[in-house]
Amino acid sequence: MLNRQGRPTDVGEPVEAIPETFTGNRALIIEEPLIFESGRPEVTGVDLPEAPKVAHRLGGLVRSGPIGLPGLSEPEAMRHYVRLSQKNFGIDSGMFPLGSCTMKHNPRLGEKMARLAGFADIHPLQPLSTVPGALDLMERLAQALIELTGMAAVTLTPKAGAHGELCGMMAIKAALQARGEGHRTVVLVPNSAHGTNPATAALLGFQVSPLAARDDGTVDPADVLDQLTPDVAAIMLTNPNTCGLFERDVVRIAELIHQAGGLVYADGANFNAIVGKVRPGDLGVDAMHINLHKTFSTPHGGGGPGAGPVVLSEALAPFAPVPFLRREGGRLILVEHDFGEGVSPFGRMAAFHGQMGMFVRALAYILSHGADGLRQASEDAVLSANYIKASLADVMSLPFPDRPAMHEVLFDDSWLEDTGVTTLDVAKVLIDEGFHPMTVYFPLVVHGAMLIEPTESESKASLDLFIATMRDIAMSVRRGDIARFAGAPHFAPRRRLDETRAARTPVLRWTKPVAE
Amino acid sequence: MPNTHYTKEHEWVRLEGDTALVGITDYAQTQLGDVVYVELPAIGTTLDKGEEAAVVESVKAASEVYAPVAGEVVAVNDRLVEAPGIVNEDSEGRGWFLKLKLNDPAALESLMTAEQYKLYIETIS
Amino acid sequence: MRYLPLTPEDRALMLARAGLGGVDDLFADVPAGKLLGDLPNLPPSKSEIEVERLMGRLAAKNVAAGAVPFFCGAGAYRHHVPASVDHLIQRSEFLTSYTPYQPEIAQGTLHYLFEFQTQVALITGMEVANASMYDGATAAAEAVLMAHRITRRKKAVLAGNLHPHYRDTIATLSRMAGDELVVAPPAPCGAERLAALIDDETSCVVVQTPDVFGHLHDLHTIAAAAHANGVLVVAVVTEAVSLGLVAPPGAMGADIVVAEGQSLGNGLNFGGPYVGLFATRQKFVRQMPGRLAGETVDADGRRGFVLTLSAREQHIRREKATSNICTNSGLCALAFTIHLTLLGETGLRRLAELNHAGAVELAERLAALPGVAVLNKTFFNEFTVKLPKPADAVVEALAARGVLGGVPFSRLDPGHPELADLLIVAVTETATAEDRGAFVAALTDVLAGGEGA
Repeated sequence: MLNRQGRPTDVGEPVEAIPETFTGNRALIIEEPLIFESGRPEVTGVDLPEAPKVAHRLGGLVRSGPIGLPGLSEPEAMRHYVRLSQKNFGIDSGMFPLGSCTMKHNPRLGEKMARLAGFADIHPLQPLSTVPGALDLMERLAQALIELTGMAAVTLTPKAGAHGELCGMMAIKAALQARGEGHRTVVLVPNSAHGTNPATAALLGFQVSPLAARDDGTVDPADVLDQLTPDVAAIMLTNPNTCGLFERDVVRIAELIHQAGGLVYADGANFNAIVGKVRPGDLGVDAMHINLHKTFSTPHGGGGPGAGPVVLSEALAPFAPVPFLRREGGRLILVEHDFGEGVSPFGRMAAFHGQMGMFVRALAYILSHGADGLRQASEDAVLSANYIKASLADVMSLPFPDRPAMHEVLFDDSWLEDTGVTTLDVAKVLIDEGFHPMTVYFPLVVHGAMLIEPTESESKASLDLFIATMRDIAMSVRRGDIARFAGAPHFAPRRRLDETRAARTPVLRWTKPVAE
Repeated sequence: MPNTHYTKEHEWVRLEGDTALVGITDYAQTQLGDVVYVELPAIGTTLDKGEEAAVVESVKAASEVYAPVAGEVVAVNDRLVEAPGIVNEDSEGRGWFLKLKLNDPAALESLMTAEQYKLYIETIS
Repeated sequence: MRYLPLTPEDRALMLARAGLGGVDDLFADVPAGKLLGDLPNLPPSKSEIEVERLMGRLAAKNVAAGAVPFFCGAGAYRHHVPASVDHLIQRSEFLTSYTPYQPEIAQGTLHYLFEFQTQVALITGMEVANASMYDGATAAAEAVLMAHRITRRKKAVLAGNLHPHYRDTIATLSRMAGDELVVAPPAPCGAERLAALIDDETSCVVVQTPDVFGHLHDLHTIAAAAHANGVLVVAVVTEAVSLGLVAPPGAMGADIVVAEGQSLGNGLNFGGPYVGLFATRQKFVRQMPGRLAGETVDADGRRGFVLTLSAREQHIRREKATSNICTNSGLCALAFTIHLTLLGETGLRRLAELNHAGAVELAERLAALPGVAVLNKTFFNEFTVKLPKPADAVVEALAARGVLGGVPFSRLDPGHPELADLLIVAVTETATAEDRGAFVAALTDVLAGGEGA
């Protein structure tokens, strides 16, 4: 049995330069055209019968001329989207320590449950008598959110975090108006807040009054007091804040605001650090949104859909928007219009009843974890961030070294000063090393911010590899060995993209090339 | 340039007769990075000192340009709309934003001179 | 706990490395007395099988649309979604990725968003579209705010036949933002005189086609009247499949087109998550809310895509942003674009024809029933019938007979008792001839005073 086919058995000599390929493809990374380049209008991947001939009832409003839509057969479509997916980094690809975004494992049980026909295939306007299980599920989620936050009520309808902020601030505005205090037009917003906070306040006609942090990165009650004019409607406080610190004076701040007749909005983006450990309702909060896609790990989906239920204090509960659930004689009903006694909803946030698909996933997450698992998840998230902090403190720079980190740890770029390496370079080198970069240049309150949120989903081995990689990067910087930073990433499907060109001459859609 | 004055918000203003050109400083364009868009006011707009006159956007930042002194907009640099990169290339020359007819040319004296502005940016950077 | 990889030994080692004595040290900044000891009202962790049993029981209490003859619409439509769509959107790299802020490792998302934007522009007949919004109603509210920014006016006029949830969503935001609103009354027979409501303080007029009763509208007349006054036309479409057959708003003078995209690729899901479509003219692009993917090149000159024009957005402009929106409806947009790619031009047209033919057939049969009148001269796949009885009672009686027979207008807007006998009926390709027959038979029985009627 000799090798008579001439098949080589050695691996060959090492090569200096990697050759170009004819196709531009690189093995598993395959270049993919736009569907407008590969598809054909006459091709379809869906077999449909010819429609029976009827007398149209379109009143002459028939579309004329071709739409210009390409079609792909099913095998072509599968390849197109699978190849595109291979150019994306997800949580399932590797560690994704994107601070403030909470990229933790997405349990697939939620996907399975959300696809049960009894949840996925029910219409929002079919008779309520045919959807008691859906209402029951919504009530169970609502009860769990109330239990975990210690608040009086919850409105489930907002469709994302920023939409929840809008809802909470509308409730505050409605409550102030009901009190005859519409003159309160100022909202205090710390400089470290997410951009959505000032944008939301401004959208509702509030005047944003920025609040600087003290040296340790948290808000000083004395500074709040200084800005506490009779015009103050509310404070929007993120806790833990975006520097990854618990606002240790939150109770005092809330007292000051309440004494002055204002209300406290809490941005719940970082609620995942304290679930099962601290209840916002015990801290003096009047309204807080909960990003179900962060804290309760419904998938981020490449940028949505999210869900942003808002928990409300006794003071704000009557103003919650429609629809809401109510028990009447043991029966659960969905109140869509008929307000009844004692409530005055400020209006409606969106069509229908909220992100039911996300409610199912979030409840599956909560039930799976249970009280013990939720507490453990928060503790592990915070422990992991502190482990990273302690393991990198000697080679990177911490703007706020003295307070314990919560679920995320913030570094600045003073360790890169005069090295020619920037925060962006570090992020791009991490891509080459197989990690998703941390959040960079946010929060705005420190220079060259690097915000690292490991979440509870990483094993110790995974954390250790990340730490070792960051230390190696730091050593390269110290040695002045910075070749790895120039032009990184080198191994991603694309190298750095020209964002200036994209913005100066925006090309936002495909157009048919003009024939030469 | 001797007849150019500067603001703490990094605008420059240069007197030419009873009108003045307004733009953003070289320091400002460096801080912003590649300018990708400039929004200019309508001709005929009257501006108070400190009022928002224009907006300049880079890829990762956006900034308002304020009127350094009060006046009426008599011309704008339309070329910036098509070619915002001029702001990066020549911010204190071809990259001017707008021309103001001044209510009170003497108001310029309250602004910084080139030397004072140079010292000012040393203190903030 | 199956989702938590750290072991007790790992935790002890990590605490030691962090120089902490115990878990409570991690929460040292929590004010005294505010750290919880326990969560007494939440049960302990459950295995997959336990959670499946519990949730399966809840799901089983609901009547799934696919189990019965089904004719509900009014802004959410049951269409057949190809099996490959759901498979593809569950690819980990799509499902578990984030907003594509690091474009070198997010070309998959950015590439499909660029295709999505192009498809949306094509079907709406507009020049540009964004990377999607939360849903159709919030997209409509954002369109009104955008029109206010462009025109520097603060008064919107809403057609009476705009979906009441859309109307209420816009009205809530307008009231809270201190803007003005003029709302026309519902016109179940379809004819509205909106031009009379426009003046030189109006920023936009919001018109839906097909409207909530199913009527189609030629927008040319209202567009001419609006544009003569410097007023923008915002067109709303709640059934995206209609755009395969009906003249698109962009061809009739609309300045902004918003739509609910749920019909393609996305299930009913009891109302969400859905996907808002948002399209406009090139000249308004910098006033657009939401995310935008744009084409560019990388350092090697290869084509690639990035999020662009982001200086309009909240994370940069903060209180001066065009909108407070921080996300889109990415995965629903992916489902939409995959479904539309599979359909292609041929499939979308055929799907739209099938919907229309089914609706025409059912409308004719219902119109023949004694006491029943179809109010529509024109419609796509949804029309309104006037019943001799209150529609909510009829719908309950139909449900008791195993038919989900449409949406009473009073469910959407109980503020018009004179319209309580109107039933909105939608017919898609999922309703078979047999289903339509069952509906006609059940309605006949209910109206004849059968049991439970």
